[in-house]
Amino acid sequence: MAEEFDEFNEAELTADEAALLQDLLPELSDLGEARRKFLGQAATLGLGAFALNLLAQEQVFAALETPEGAMFAPIAEENAVTVKLKINGAEKAVTLDSRVTLLDALRERLNLTGSKKGCDHGQCGACTVIVDGRRVLSCLTLTAQCEGKSVTTIEGLASGDKLHPMQTAFIKHDGFQCGYCTPGQICSAVALLNEAKNGEASYVSTNLRTNAKSLKLSDDEIRERMSGNICRCGAYPNIVAAIREVHSGKESAQSWSFYTPDSELTASANENQEDEKNATV
Amino acid sequence: MRPFKFSSANDPRNAVQTVSANQTAKFLAGGTNILDLMKEDVERPTEIVDVSRLNLTQIKAANGGLSLGALAKNTDTANHPLVRQNYPLLSQAILAGASQQIRNMASNGGNLLQRTRCSYFYDVAMPCNKREPGTGCGALEGINRMHAIFGWSEKCVAVYPSDMSIALAALDAVVKVQGADGVERSIMFTDFHRLPENNPEKDTNLNHGDLITAIELPKNNFAGKSYYLKVRDRASYAFALLSVAAALEMDGGKIKQARIAMGGVAHKPWRAANAEKMLIGKEATEANFKLAAEAEMKNARPLEHNKFKVELGNRGIVRALQMAMNGGAV
Repeated sequence: MAEEFDEFNEAELTADEAALLQDLLPELSDLGEARRKFLGQAATLGLGAFALNLLAQEQVFAALETPEGAMFAPIAEENAVTVKLKINGAEKAVTLDSRVTLLDALRERLNLTGSKKGCDHGQCGACTVIVDGRRVLSCLTLTAQCEGKSVTTIEGLASGDKLHPMQTAFIKHDGFQCGYCTPGQICSAVALLNEAKNGEASYVSTNLRTNAKSLKLSDDEIRERMSGNICRCGAYPNIVAAIREVHSGKESAQSWSFYTPDSELTASANENQEDEKNATV
Repeated sequence: MRPFKFSSANDPRNAVQTVSANQTAKFLAGGTNILDLMKEDVERPTEIVDVSRLNLTQIKAANGGLSLGALAKNTDTANHPLVRQNYPLLSQAILAGASQQIRNMASNGGNLLQRTRCSYFYDVAMPCNKREPGTGCGALEGINRMHAIFGWSEKCVAVYPSDMSIALAALDAVVKVQGADGVERSIMFTDFHRLPENNPEKDTNLNHGDLITAIELPKNNFAGKSYYLKVRDRASYAFALLSVAAALEMDGGKIKQARIAMGGVAHKPWRAANAEKMLIGKEATEANFKLAAEAEMKNARPLEHNKFKVELGNRGIVRALQMAMNGGAV
């Protein structure tokens, strides 16, 4: 047994590992004597690569501050990148692991949980945000690619207490049930309005060779243009109704109302009238 | 996703040098495919070079035709007035693919380099010669409803997923590529992608580090008579079971030139050369379209679950040619 331990003690660091260890240990002064000692020992006990990786992570970690409002402190980050970008009009700077998607940065680092993670693979549209005026999928966008870009999320559409017309229309037309896909649906729909104004075509457009602006979209056009946003509750007809109203500027009747005792009386009165009518026929 | 070093390139030459120097480095443009594959642990780059800021976004008239910057977005390409006016087939094919969000992100060069959506390729627990050469093909005797009916090998029966590329194959596009030696070269579109043969891990004839800089479209007279037909399991936002890009040029009552390319049937955009040959000098009738379709589809080799694609191909070619004759999406 003793011999085996001796062997461990003799495990040597490569020259590179030793140099890196020298560089890193002073940086870790905040981490506490015991932890540094453990990591140092781990490095010399034949766990060199593992321990050095941990030390490198600790170093990046120590350089980071917990952003205001974040629920969790960032854990160790590798290949850290610092990105300055504008979110809902405010300049932000974040330092994060190069792997972090825009969706995760918004939700986990910037306290903007309106954008939703549905599939995380670009198949559902729940994470749709508007970057430099264009709707994109934040789950397939690296934050590292967003340097200098301007991002609008569902939280940035209203002005103060005044909802964006598309938000109002989604409520009026009951364009959701569980609401999980709704932030993505609304961001998508807001961008769609501009695309129609600019005369952008879709697969169901029939006038590809002529460039007209300010398109008047049919329901088929709205459906095709919204096909990147899946709603598993199946609120599609109401989503189309909401978009149609804002896009056309023509108000249509609200198809639902909140329950009140009065509305019940009115409803049963109508029913009775119907019954009487049927009885006399 | 595995850790990777990230850098942003501001010059094509530097980008090519950086990626060429590291066999496990990759370019990143729109990211809509590679990021997904990295999350699935199919792609494992140790280094990512973001090329999306390179100045390769112009769409301009060139050599009587059109040059599409490799980093122009799919949306901007499909909606460019010169593309819509002179190459509506390309606009239509781009708009048939993915969703508006994805087309807003995806670059032209990246679209060409999409990898197959074969579920055995995506599932790292399954054998796949494309993902891990030598492990076998799970689809060959597995669930192969979506798979190839032309040009497949025992090593791989996957199909190539891009819609845009099917139109580019029909339009005889040329891909401009910058290599590690700094020299720009041209690859005919039909030579750009490969059939699987014994090396399905190679989708294209590019070398590691080659950067697509532009796609050139030669002048043609197809704009008035072209159509991109896409058949899929739902009406929108799904990959093709089968697609047909058809373009005709008439000389009086006779067909002077015909172009037909198919998607969803092979490891690369499938030019239906037999069908095209059949149509030259003929009248544009349904009977002739049927003969042309049969000339192509009789060589199909379907798998256990995709025999329906042969009849679908017959009818798809006829329908696409009819739509093209009627002015397509004009």
